[in-house]
Amino acid sequence: MPRSEVAEVFGAEWPRLVATLRSDLGDLDLAEDAAQHAFATASERWPVDGAPDAPGAWLLTVARRWAIDRARRDVRWARRVADVRAALELPQRARGAVADDLLAMIFGCCHRALDESAQVALTLRYVVGLPTASIARSFLVPEATMAKRLVRAKKKIAATNIPFQVPDREHLGDSLHGVLRTVYVIFTQGHAAPSGDLIRGDLCDEARWLAGCLCELLPDEPETWGLAALLAFTDARRPARLDADGEIVLLSDQDRSLWDAGAIAEGRTLLARALRLRRVGTYQLQAAIAAAHAGAPTFDDTDWATIRRLYAVLGKLEPSPIVRLNEAVAASLSEGSDAGLALLAPLGSELADYHYFHLAHGDMLVRAGDPAGARAAFDRALDSCDSETERRAIGRLVSSRLGDAPQSERSST
Amino acid sequence: MQYMLLLTSAPGEGPQPGSPEEAAEMGEWFAYDDMLKQAGVYVSGEALHPYETATTVRVRDGATVVTDGPYAETKEYLGGYYIIDVDDLDAAISYAEKVPNIGYGSVELRAVLDLSELTG
Repeated sequence: MPRSEVAEVFGAEWPRLVATLRSDLGDLDLAEDAAQHAFATASERWPVDGAPDAPGAWLLTVARRWAIDRARRDVRWARRVADVRAALELPQRARGAVADDLLAMIFGCCHRALDESAQVALTLRYVVGLPTASIARSFLVPEATMAKRLVRAKKKIAATNIPFQVPDREHLGDSLHGVLRTVYVIFTQGHAAPSGDLIRGDLCDEARWLAGCLCELLPDEPETWGLAALLAFTDARRPARLDADGEIVLLSDQDRSLWDAGAIAEGRTLLARALRLRRVGTYQLQAAIAAAHAGAPTFDDTDWATIRRLYAVLGKLEPSPIVRLNEAVAASLSEGSDAGLALLAPLGSELADYHYFHLAHGDMLVRAGDPAGARAAFDRALDSCDSETERRAIGRLVSSRLGDAPQSERSST
Repeated sequence: MQYMLLLTSAPGEGPQPGSPEEAAEMGEWFAYDDMLKQAGVYVSGEALHPYETATTVRVRDGATVVTDGPYAETKEYLGGYYIIDVDDLDAAISYAEKVPNIGYGSVELRAVLDLSELTG
């Protein structure tokens, strides 16, 4: 088996292998080391001996053998060798049990007692199987820093006995919320990578894979389907989000023929499934908004009235100035700039440092026939934006809205 | 696994000393204590006199330095503690969220180090 096939098996088997070993051994560190050893052995042996018929079972056997060996030699494990040996003799897991292990792993990594960034890093490392270097890159920190953070998180898990289990019905809601947020953060880190490579497609793919797993494992939770739908709709725009020069293209200017029709269709199926469960939630609402965008032939020809209503409901479920800003934008496009400006006015102090607020404000002022006010708002947008790439996108938008008028010109439109 | 619940609150928060509200909260503390004991998770627990009565002791270069007051100025001060024995952190959190003054104070949860695990 060529090395690339080992890599393919790795992608499919790593999460399940680590989850099963963690559940058997009760320790994330030992599980990780054993899984790594098994894959290292596979990459040596399979090219010579050929791949086994059941690679998952082969890997588990090798990993368990290594784990008992390691436990025998390590004083920390001396008292638990019997447990490890018992685990070694467990029969191969049935498919359902493996799914339970994986779900338990996700809930453990996303436990609320862990810092949000630790939840993301642990999930990427132990559920997705990304190498530490790649996780470090998505957090913009050196690999050694990320390695230390992972060690610190694992120490807390072990020292405080953070449970790796799916919570009972009564507590599922709270914990699931944390899990879904982690998946969403992973997607966002890929979709709007903070610098350098603007889009990390691998992170978007992994987040969508995780959301899909959660749908399969928890099919009665509408927000899980809603999140999967939201990610599919948003990811559909990926091919249109950067131009040939790698510059950000705003939604209003994207070439919609580049949108991924397959992902949009998938989003619709997922959203329909969520809505059938009849318990509305914030991810479903955001997915419904994304669906309205996906169905619009052009930016102007978008059902802004529906989008405005959806944002209004979203704002009731999860009050946030950002949601109200989006509602104001949708109102300005469905009812006119005066309606938008009226909704925007009370947000000015709260969002004073948020460049999208000033961008939206400027855009509405242009359409209200106040180019001088618009220019002042656009200037504030530039002042409050840290990202060089986004500043360039704002600059292009400003010149398209105001023409190439010099800064001092205040009367022309 | 044993967990210590460090019970802290900011001075001035909670019921006034000598008020009926304070007496009511006292009753809740006794009930909480009983609940821990009946659940079989109670190991130990004490309430402490207020932080103004603290004495801080250090030995530096062989000399004992005794100061009046707590070791550091913080927003919240330790008012008491419990040690409970439960399965995991989720169980510990479920007891912490039931502490009578949780509405204005906080509980810092710390797992107790099992020294027998270090010595093997």
